Amino acid sequence: MIKSVFRTAMMALALTGIAAGAQAQGKPLRIEVTEGVIEPMPFAVPTFVAESSGSQRIASEMTSVIVSDLVGSGLFREVPPSAYISNISNFNAPVQFSDWRAINAQALVTGSADVTSDGRLVVKFRLFDVFAQSEMGEGLQFVASADSWRRMAHKVADAVYSRLTGETGYFDSRVVYIAEEGPKNARLKRLAIMDYDGANVKYLTGSDNIVLAPRFSPNARDVIYTSYERGVPKVFILNVDTLQRRALDEQPGMTFAPRYSPDGNRVVMSLAENGNTDIYMMDLASGQKTRLTSAPSIETAPSFSPDGSQIVFESDRGGGQQIYVMSANGGGEPRRISNGQGRYGTPVWSPRGDMIAFTKMSGGRFHIGVMRADGSQERLLTASFLDEGPTWAPNGRVLMFFRETAGANGAPSLYSVDITGRNLQRVRTPTFGSDPAWSRLLN
Amino acid sequence: MIYKKLVIAAALSLTLAACDNNADGYGAGGAGGLGAGGSQVYDENSIGYFNQTVGDRVWFAVDQSNLSQEAIAILDKQADWLLQRPQYSILVEGHADEQGTREYNLALGARRAASVQNYLVSRGLSDARVKTITYGKERPIEICSDEACWSKNRRAVTVVAGGFGA
Repeated sequence: MIKSVFRTAMMALALTGIAAGAQAQGKPLRIEVTEGVIEPMPFAVPTFVAESSGSQRIASEMTSVIVSDLVGSGLFREVPPSAYISNISNFNAPVQFSDWRAINAQALVTGSADVTSDGRLVVKFRLFDVFAQSEMGEGLQFVASADSWRRMAHKVADAVYSRLTGETGYFDSRVVYIAEEGPKNARLKRLAIMDYDGANVKYLTGSDNIVLAPRFSPNARDVIYTSYERGVPKVFILNVDTLQRRALDEQPGMTFAPRYSPDGNRVVMSLAENGNTDIYMMDLASGQKTRLTSAPSIETAPSFSPDGSQIVFESDRGGGQQIYVMSANGGGEPRRISNGQGRYGTPVWSPRGDMIAFTKMSGGRFHIGVMRADGSQERLLTASFLDEGPTWAPNGRVLMFFRETAGANGAPSLYSVDITGRNLQRVRTPTFGSDPAWSRLLN
Repeated sequence: MIYKKLVIAAALSLTLAACDNNADGYGAGGAGGLGAGGSQVYDENSIGYFNQTVGDRVWFAVDQSNLSQEAIAILDKQADWLLQRPQYSILVEGHADEQGTREYNLALGARRAASVQNYLVSRGLSDARVKTITYGKERPIEICSDEACWSKNRRAVTVVAGGFGA
């Protein structure tokens, strides 16, 4: 309910009547995501101006979320408020650029928050290039119900990120994952959903049955996953809002490793029959299942290319576990793309289409890595006892995965890392966490 | 008399455990949990006897599903026991150690379970009496992170169900 109100209420409006600042001279303020970012760009976000006494807390908390998003990306460094020479107490007053230049804040974000009497939150913000003494893009205004303040903060941060990097952001997004509790030999698992930064955790199932590897539908309203609630592992679909769930089909057999097609109309998954695991496609409207592979080897962990034309998957048809690409119709001979030493699994295609992330097992260690879609330019980003199951941020610049520690008390946690291998960060969750899957940017 | 009742109670609890979806049938202690040191004597028609004396599980090499000579010897005993007791059906659970990715280990567990199923059927057990399930790396018995534990976790467990004995 809140969500649908939010959807209709969420608007991005260009503010009118903004004082036109000087145009940026020379190169616009820009940080390159693709190049090795050695020095994060310093920025300041003075606490958003509370336009009413009731909006003070939200203004301050929104500011913290925006700072946390930008710093968390690894591309930006906050100039702390303790260094400020002046502050912003009026959203519409002209900015004293010299005060911000003096503390070397290259980018300045100003904003205001106002909670109206009917419980709506009006957020405005502007982004300034301090050294060019100019505004970057137009100021924006968001309106939504006040309990959506976190999402509005993420939207502000996305806009800032996007203007400063030229890439779309990834902060207004969610992650579905498996919340784990209990000892290693009697682990309890629940399906859980949260904001990308670990806030607003909500549990979607109980822990009566093993649940595994959830994936979002393209619109992020449904989650497809594997559950043991029928005894054997079977693919289920669950609606995130109503929590209603159903088995994908009623046929016997063990099914797992499901993923949606980019248009949301089909599901690709594995089915194990007589000990042999192959890949099948199901058309969701008709329930028709098509077999895409038929080899005596293991074929699993399929993932669509973003244009829907190809499927990347893992197979041990050549002896060891390796990554292959095939046409989404299943025709033709799959082409092996992983080439290094070791075993490769859990391939997942970047939303930009350019890269494939994977888990690599080599020399008793696990790695998260990326390669071009043709298998070239493999790069390993992490290494540990057990790093597994990467998932892409909506903009294809960051990966989330889980890391399990070794030993009798070993347990998994969620981590993120950017695709250059920098900025490895733990994503805090209330319990152990595994099998994360990132949504697209929310609307 | 009292002794016999105890045995029945033990068999009953085992059967209930076998119905548990989370089962590795017999829990972290394995078959030894109830009959450690052979102090417990089971009726030879009981599930406890199967677990304890016949042997309810076989083990696999890393990333393998083929049966070793040792595994075949255990499965031969399982087949003999089951062929003489048609009242029982079985669920073969396939498991993997933690050294692998989740989906692959599910597929590997399915292979291991099928490997046992196929062997038992080849020994004359009716298809209809054997079901399989894979748990991948979801239900380790041993929890350390070295080969001593991993070798015990790479297993297929024959869980007997479907009756309390004659």
